[in-house]
Amino acid sequence: GLIGGAEPARAQGALEPNSWEEITTYNNYYEFGTGKSDPADNAHTLTTSPWAVEIDGLVDNPGTYSMEDILSEVEIEERIYRFRCVEAWSMVVPWNGFELADLLNRVGVQDGARYVAFETALRPDEMPGVRVPVLDWPYREGLRLDEAMHPLTMMATGIYGRDIPNQNGAPMRLVVPWKYGFKSIKSIVRITLTEDEPPTSWNMANASEYGFYSNVNPNVPHRRWSQDSEREIGGGLFARRQPTLMFNGYEEEVASLYEGMDLNANF
Amino acid sequence: MTVTSTINKAVRRVPGWVLYIVGAAYAGWLFFLGLTGGLGVEPIEALEHAYGDVALKLIIAGLAVTPLRQWVGINLISWRRALGVTAFFFVLAHFLVWAVLDVQRLSAIWADILERPYVTIGMAGFLTLIPLAVTSNNWSVRKLGPIRWRKLHKLVYPAAVLGALHYVWLVKGLQFEPLIYLAITILLLATRFWPQRRRATA
Repeated sequence: GLIGGAEPARAQGALEPNSWEEITTYNNYYEFGTGKSDPADNAHTLTTSPWAVEIDGLVDNPGTYSMEDILSEVEIEERIYRFRCVEAWSMVVPWNGFELADLLNRVGVQDGARYVAFETALRPDEMPGVRVPVLDWPYREGLRLDEAMHPLTMMATGIYGRDIPNQNGAPMRLVVPWKYGFKSIKSIVRITLTEDEPPTSWNMANASEYGFYSNVNPNVPHRRWSQDSEREIGGGLFARRQPTLMFNGYEEEVASLYEGMDLNANF
Repeated sequence: MTVTSTINKAVRRVPGWVLYIVGAAYAGWLFFLGLTGGLGVEPIEALEHAYGDVALKLIIAGLAVTPLRQWVGINLISWRRALGVTAFFFVLAHFLVWAVLDVQRLSAIWADILERPYVTIGMAGFLTLIPLAVTSNNWSVRKLGPIRWRKLHKLVYPAAVLGALHYVWLVKGLQFEPLIYLAITILLLATRFWPQRRRATA
């Protein structure tokens, strides 16, 4: 409806996904522009087939893996996750994809590896946004190895059973549902297993505002705005704010990863 | 007939109050778009930013009136009050969308104003404009006297800078658009301090 709209149930397992239109027209993908509709307008220029992912660093089987090759060894399943942007809006997305752990296990993670670094494609010819140094391109993200191996962490290749649109990170993107959305890096061309914490784009741009962990945490405000509530996309002009949940509602599953850590210091 | 005198003649034919009607209609149209999906799937932020954007543009337009007259010979002085009052109206609309539709809770509004510097300076800019809006009528000019009135209305200088900084501070990453607004604002203010020059190139 115009006013209010459907309010997705907040309980785990009873999430009502946002519409295809909402999920695919309201995006942050600065390689295609900083406006929310820029990615939907501009990302069609991205060539996503053929696509290959360089997997290197501390792995047993480094190399260039084609998308076909990657997909041939995994099982695609649907996962309906909350998605919480660092800008204090949220969605519920029915992703299709596979657990990142399956891919990492396939390439063989070596003993010394403690982090996983990811990189987005950088194609000035196809990405109008990278002509401007909004960020230090290419876009980079990273996870601690235990975060990457967690069963909630997935690689998404589809939404609503359809191929993932370019503006959402085709052909393959990361999805880490308990972290702010920018951690879930799009259109991945490189995965590197490292010993040291890898540099990550928003952290490089402003370390005081964007920590390496960037777990959703209502108690740790962004330097410029509060994180204790969020607006679910789709509620229209009079949508009520909802309280933000610790670890975006996945506390039970992931809190143990951070036991003993000061989450105020390691935000 | 020169280009400037053609423009000046055309300007004289359009009274300032037309701007109030156009401004109010445009604000209403944006609100209607927000209600009906025309501003995308997240209309609150879109409307908030649209009102703020128009406000900043009108403030800049108001600041351009004097340099345009002095340096180019275009006279928009008959529109200046309407530009300023309409700008204030959009700042007010921007503030109301932020407070009522976006932040929603009084405690959170207060906390944002106190704790978030970009909100603080935006709010300071808004408050600075209130006495100007209130005195934007002939009665106030008479009451205050033109000298005091003009002095008071110089408050638009800090308000414009605060508004532009508010925008610069708001965005994520290095973005040029807000910096361009700030640069234009500073440039227009700087012309006030340049040595006076006759408008005709002699």
